[in-house]
Amino acid sequence: MTDTVETVEPVVQVHPLVALGEHITASLGEAVLGFEVGYGDLSISAKRESIVEVVTFLRNDPKCRFISFVDVCGTDYPAREFRFDVIYHFLSPHLNQRVRVKVETNDSTPVPSIFGVFPGADWFERETYDLYGVLFSGHPDLRRILTDYGFDGHPLRKDFPLTGFVEVRYDEERRRVVYEPVSLPQEFRSFDYLSPWEGTDYVLPGDEKAKN
Amino acid sequence: MSEVDVRNFTINFGPVHPSAHGVLRMILELDGELVERVDPHIGLLHRGTEKLIEYKTYLQALPYFDRLDYVAPMNQEHAFALAVERMLGVEVPRRGQLIRVLYAEIGRLLAHLMNVTTQAMDIGALTPPLWGFEQREKLMVFYERASGARMHAAYFRPGGVHQDLPQALVDDIESFCEEFPKALDDIDTLLTENRIFKQRGVDIGIVPLEEAWGRGFSGVMVRASGAAWDLRKAQPYDAYAEMDFDIPTGANGDCYDRYLVRMEEMRQANKIMKQCVQKLNAPEGKGPVSSVDGKVVPPKRGEMKQSMEALIHHFKLYTEGYKVPAGEIYAAVEAPKGEFGVYLVADGTNKPYRCHIRAPGFAHLSAMDWLCRGHMLADVTAILGSIDIVFGEVDR
Repeated sequence: MTDTVETVEPVVQVHPLVALGEHITASLGEAVLGFEVGYGDLSISAKRESIVEVVTFLRNDPKCRFISFVDVCGTDYPAREFRFDVIYHFLSPHLNQRVRVKVETNDSTPVPSIFGVFPGADWFERETYDLYGVLFSGHPDLRRILTDYGFDGHPLRKDFPLTGFVEVRYDEERRRVVYEPVSLPQEFRSFDYLSPWEGTDYVLPGDEKAKN
Repeated sequence: MSEVDVRNFTINFGPVHPSAHGVLRMILELDGELVERVDPHIGLLHRGTEKLIEYKTYLQALPYFDRLDYVAPMNQEHAFALAVERMLGVEVPRRGQLIRVLYAEIGRLLAHLMNVTTQAMDIGALTPPLWGFEQREKLMVFYERASGARMHAAYFRPGGVHQDLPQALVDDIESFCEEFPKALDDIDTLLTENRIFKQRGVDIGIVPLEEAWGRGFSGVMVRASGAAWDLRKAQPYDAYAEMDFDIPTGANGDCYDRYLVRMEEMRQANKIMKQCVQKLNAPEGKGPVSSVDGKVVPPKRGEMKQSMEALIHHFKLYTEGYKVPAGEIYAAVEAPKGEFGVYLVADGTNKPYRCHIRAPGFAHLSAMDWLCRGHMLADVTAILGSIDIVFGEVDR
C-alpha cells in the first residue's frame, strides 16, 4: 500500500494521521491490508471478513475512539474482480480526526454488517444494498430504501443507464399509474469533452456495412 | 372471563400528511395510543442526484446541491465547493470566504426559522410560522439579490462565489442583523415559556449522547445532548476560524432542548453575520471574490471583450470544464441540520467518478423507530419536527 511518508527522513515529525494509521495497522495485524493519507484524510483498507473487528477496534481503542458513525457508501469499479468498494467513514470527536475504511466485494459476496457496533449503519447499509446490490450479512432488515416499490436493478452501478429502464406516468383512461419502457425522443448524449476536436462517435445502426 | 385477542393497530402516517414535512410515509404500529414500531418509508422524492452528478462536469454538478436541503441551499453547495477546492488546491480569496460565511449563516437562519416555527405548528401553534416566515422572506430576498434566485442559488462555486455583493446589499444585511434579534425575541416569548409547548417537548424523544454518536447524529442532535461539537469550531473551514461565536448545548437531549439550541444558534448566527458585514466593509475585506486563477473560475464578461486568453478560458471552462486530479476526499460542513458531507472520488477527468452525499437528515430519520418506541402517537409529530427533516436531502 502506498505510504507516502516512508521516504521522508526520520528526523521529520511524523504526521499525526500517519502515526494513527501505523497504530491501527500494527494493532489489527492481518485484518488491515494497508493505509494511506491523501488530501488530509486517513484511509484504511481492511479485509472484508474482519470489518466488524476493525470497526469495533476503532470505536473502543483508547487511542482512536472513533465513536461517531458518519457514513457507509459504495463505489463501483466494473473492471475489477471484486468490483465494489464499500466505504465507511467515522469521526473521533476526542481526536478531532476522521477515518475512512474500505473493503472490496462483489455482487455475490456479502460484507458483514456493522449494525451491531453502530446502529446508525442500518439505513446506510440498506442504501448501499439498494443502489449497488452489495449484500450485508447479519443486517436485520436488508430491504430497498430509496428506489420505488418493486424496483428492478441497482441504479448506481456503472452499467446501469442514466435514463433507467422504465418510466412512470398516470394513465387517464385506466385511471392508475402505469410503468412503461423508457422512450426518449432523443438518446441521452454523453459528450466526451476530453477530446473536443474528435467529437462524439455517433454510431448509426447499419452504418458499419458502408465501411466494409 | 375469556382472554380477548388484542391486535396491534397499524396506520399509515403520510405520505401527504402536513406534519410529515414532505413526502414521508411512516407505518406506525400502535397498541392503543402507544407506538410499538415505526417503519419510515422514504425515497418518494428520490431523484438520483448522485447518479446524475456522475454524468456532469464539476461545475454542472453544483446546482444539484441546492435541491438537497432546499431550506438552506447554499450550505450544501459549500460542502461540494470545499471538496473540489481541496482536491484542486485552490485558495479562495478572503472576500469570497467572508461572503460564503455570511451566506452560510443566512442559510442557518433560514433553516432554523423554518424548523422551529413549523415544529410549533405541528404541535398546535399557528402564529410562530407566520412570524418566522416574514423573516425568512427577507433572507430569501438577500439570496435573490446576491445570486438572482430565491432558493436554487448556485452561488458558491468551486474557487469562491459567483459574483460580488453590491455595497447596498451588505448595508441592508447589516440593518437586518440589527432588527432580527427583536423578531427572534417575539417568537421566543410565544414559545419558550409556553406551557403547552413545553408539555409537548420536555422529556420527549430523549437522546443520550452515547446513542447520538453511535447512530450517526450530528449538529443540533448531538449538541442538545450535551456535546459542544461543531465543525465550524472543530474543523474550521473558510473564514470561520476568525469568527467569534459560542456553541450552545443542551442538557437533556429532548425535543425542547433541541428547540432551545436552535433558538440560541440563530442568535449566534446573527452575531457571525454582523462580524462578516464588518469585515466585508473593512479595507482588508475588499478584493476578488473568487480564485483569480483562470483555470478554475471562468472570467467575467467584461474581461472576455478585452482579452483573448479570457475568451479561451471561458470557452474551455464551459465546455470541457476543469479536470480534477485523481483521488478521493470527504469534505463536511456544519449545515443547519448537522454534518453535511460530500465524499468525492475523482478519476482525473472533468466529471466526478462518484459523489456520495452524506445527508444529516438521513441518519436522523433512520433513528425514528428507536426514538418513537413507547411514545404516544401525538409525540411522533413532535419528535419528527424536532429532528428537522427535509426530504430533498433524505431522498436525494
